[in-house]
Amino acid sequence: MGDMAVPQVVPVETPDTEEVPEAERPWVTIVWNDPVNLMSYVTWVFQKLFGYSREKAEKLMLDVHHKGKAVVSSGARELMEHDASRLHAYGLWATVDKS
Amino acid sequence: MFRREGSHCVARFAPDEVKVLRKVASEVVGLLTEGFDHEDPVVGRLFPDVYPDRPAESSEYRRYTEGDLKTAKIDQAGAVLAALPSSGGGEVRLDAESAEAWLRALNDARLALGIRLDIEDGTDLEAELDEAVLRDPTSSRVFQLSVYAYLGYLQESLLDALVR
Repeated sequence: MGDMAVPQVVPVETPDTEEVPEAERPWVTIVWNDPVNLMSYVTWVFQKLFGYSREKAEKLMLDVHHKGKAVVSSGARELMEHDASRLHAYGLWATVDKS
Repeated sequence: MFRREGSHCVARFAPDEVKVLRKVASEVVGLLTEGFDHEDPVVGRLFPDVYPDRPAESSEYRRYTEGDLKTAKIDQAGAVLAALPSSGGGEVRLDAESAEAWLRALNDARLALGIRLDIEDGTDLEAELDEAVLRDPTSSRVFQLSVYAYLGYLQESLLDALVR
């Protein structure tokens, strides 16, 4: 992401889900870091598309920026594909996977 | 750069800025229409594989979604072209819906330029520009880097004005 002024916050580790059997794990939409999208724009897109608070959207954006990716939504496969296509319309690099 | 006026985002553009915006928006339309090529890395970035490890499922998804996504991207580039003064410079006044279309279109244009210019996470734009100017101030790389930087500032100013 392009560097624009944002507060630097240490991202909080998300708990892993290794112990849940594959069939019971939901699908997830993942957003990947890219060097072009502005941090402020990515935060705005997360608020806009998912109705997240500014705080939550910013945390997700920072996870994308520092860890290279973040899970931005989870649920049924069809819904995740829909989320990915909405993110693609905004130019975010989104993929779908099993959590 | 954009500022907020009532419910609108407003900017005044010099003739050269209008020319540049027209050029980049037209280039995006071009690569989404007659120039559309899945082998082009810009197309790969604007239309990502949704299942990177499952090519068959990715292409199935692509078959259902690519047409709509392409139309949306052409429309948002069209929103930029439609709002620009038809000749010379002038004012652009965007309601919230047009401002959002502009944000997406400016982002597409920056993604396309970013790929062509090999922009990476640590890229220092100013240093790149200085280096390119030293090598050849008339090169297209100098022009494209300047346009890329300009579009970033413009997008940031529009977002600021919109969420104000």
